[in-house]
Amino acid sequence: MSIDKDTAARVAKLARIRVADDALPALAEEFNTILGFIEQLNEVDVDGVEPMTSVTPQRLKRREDVVTDGNQQEKVLANAPDAREGFFAVPKVVE
Amino acid sequence: MTDLNKLTIAEARDGLRAKDFSAVELTRSCLTAIDKAGALNAFVHNTPEIAETQAAAADTRLAEGDAPDMCGIPLGIKDLFCTKGVPSQAASAILEGFKPEYESTITQNLWDRGAVMLGKLNMDEFAMGSSNETSTYGNAVNPWRREGSDAALTPGGSSGGSASAVSADLCLAATGTDTGGSIRQPAAFTGIVGLKPTYGRCSRWGVVAFASSLDQAGPMTKTVRDAAIMMEAMASHDAKDSTSADLPVPDFEAMLTGDIKGKKIGIPKEYHMDGMPEEIETLWAEGREMLKSAGAEIVDISLPHTKYALPAYYVIAPAEASSNLARYDGVRYGHRATLSAGDGIDDMYEKTRAEGFGHEVQRRVMIGTYVLSAGFYDAYYNRARKVRALIKKDFDDVFASGVDAILTPATPSAAFGLGEMTDADPVKMYLNDVFTVTVNLAGLPGISVPTGLDAQGLPLGLQLIGRPWEEGDLLNTAYALEQSAGFVSKPANWW
Repeated sequence: MSIDKDTAARVAKLARIRVADDALPALAEEFNTILGFIEQLNEVDVDGVEPMTSVTPQRLKRREDVVTDGNQQEKVLANAPDAREGFFAVPKVVE
Repeated sequence: MTDLNKLTIAEARDGLRAKDFSAVELTRSCLTAIDKAGALNAFVHNTPEIAETQAAAADTRLAEGDAPDMCGIPLGIKDLFCTKGVPSQAASAILEGFKPEYESTITQNLWDRGAVMLGKLNMDEFAMGSSNETSTYGNAVNPWRREGSDAALTPGGSSGGSASAVSADLCLAATGTDTGGSIRQPAAFTGIVGLKPTYGRCSRWGVVAFASSLDQAGPMTKTVRDAAIMMEAMASHDAKDSTSADLPVPDFEAMLTGDIKGKKIGIPKEYHMDGMPEEIETLWAEGREMLKSAGAEIVDISLPHTKYALPAYYVIAPAEASSNLARYDGVRYGHRATLSAGDGIDDMYEKTRAEGFGHEVQRRVMIGTYVLSAGFYDAYYNRARKVRALIKKDFDDVFASGVDAILTPATPSAAFGLGEMTDADPVKMYLNDVFTVTVNLAGLPGISVPTGLDAQGLPLGLQLIGRPWEEGDLLNTAYALEQSAGFVSKPANWW
């Protein structure tokens, strides 16, 4: 599987990272180097092997479904690049 | 008393209790050393006011008696840890100006025990790198140099600042994190001890996430004893990290007897890599002899899927990173790109992430996005997770056969020069983690111990891999290795 310029552009779009047009060929080449390395995995016989979901055989702990935190609006917004009137502000989303 | 910064944790603990010096004096000695070591670029955010306050509090607590071992011990903290009110950027421009409103569980555990924060330490951006060259703060520099050369060497990565700072005695110890070798490789490059505990031993809460199923924090210290002391202080069950283990944390230091008689040490044949320098082979052979002389039984073992660990890692880690790093969107914290008139929210995301993420991070996020995208998920991501299961089974089988620990080289070479790998393809850099990455994939504890110098006078380390949750036994084997190796070299102070 070889990645071309268009695929690289599509991946960049999916990742929400702007990549200039003239940087795409070099990026595609890097992807191909890395994916070429990853292709080795095809040599492994994985028939009947379950994909790992947890590296330690422990069950996730459960807890009561209750509120344990909250009322921290100021702290939540303290690091926002643009916060107004108690909200995160972003460019207009809905026309 | 001078040079208090050169003490180990154990020595400082005992000296504080003997009233040979105070925690404030100890802390000031480190702060002075940090001020003189700008050339190492290890500390990137200094917190002398916090350090002074915590040290004074530690002195009060020590005077009252019954203070914990870590009380008054000055530490450096990797920039990946969120520390309340103190910049915590993961060495990324995208977190410029971010000051957390909360404290990571691990650092809170350390402060609760009276430890002192000197500041934040350089690292590879989002812990992605093996040379500390992807940092927004610039390179951290290894205090070690090749004999007769003043070429700047990498301290390794991603915990490069931590390694440099501990090796240069800017702090008594430092926190590190390890996703594919980021504690053990820099420890080996700088002649210090680095322990990655079992996955789940430490809480990941408040540690900026890279690849959540692999990330684990641990201590970077001058000795194995110090690693035991600090490990105990860092570890805890934490309701805020559902993967942290609800297991008692043993007194690791008390397990350091140095007696490893009858222990079975496995030597995996797959770790003899083509093109590995003769020096590494020799170092490894010496390590085997040291453990054998100490009474251990050396056995040849096989971990047949070793070759596939790095390729599996470079699917799983970028996949998890692409998901974890989706949160850096320019909305809630950190950097937001300046927008042009008419730019919509997607423009904001794309411009912000293009400006904020460095090249290696962008590359990994996009690789991760690709392997998780529709049509490739099974071929790449699910296959990698199956191979991961096989890699873990390799270890399970070996441990089930009675092996107590596994001895391997820590790195395929000594520290290389900063800039030397710039033109290499990314896979060459990834090969640095060839001996360490299997341990993360299998969730096991691993420790790097300095055991020798190469022909150019640079430190080399060996790695010991232990059974899950048996850090105490692993530390004891490492302690025996450390005692046999008798590694005492320090870098000459040029900085």
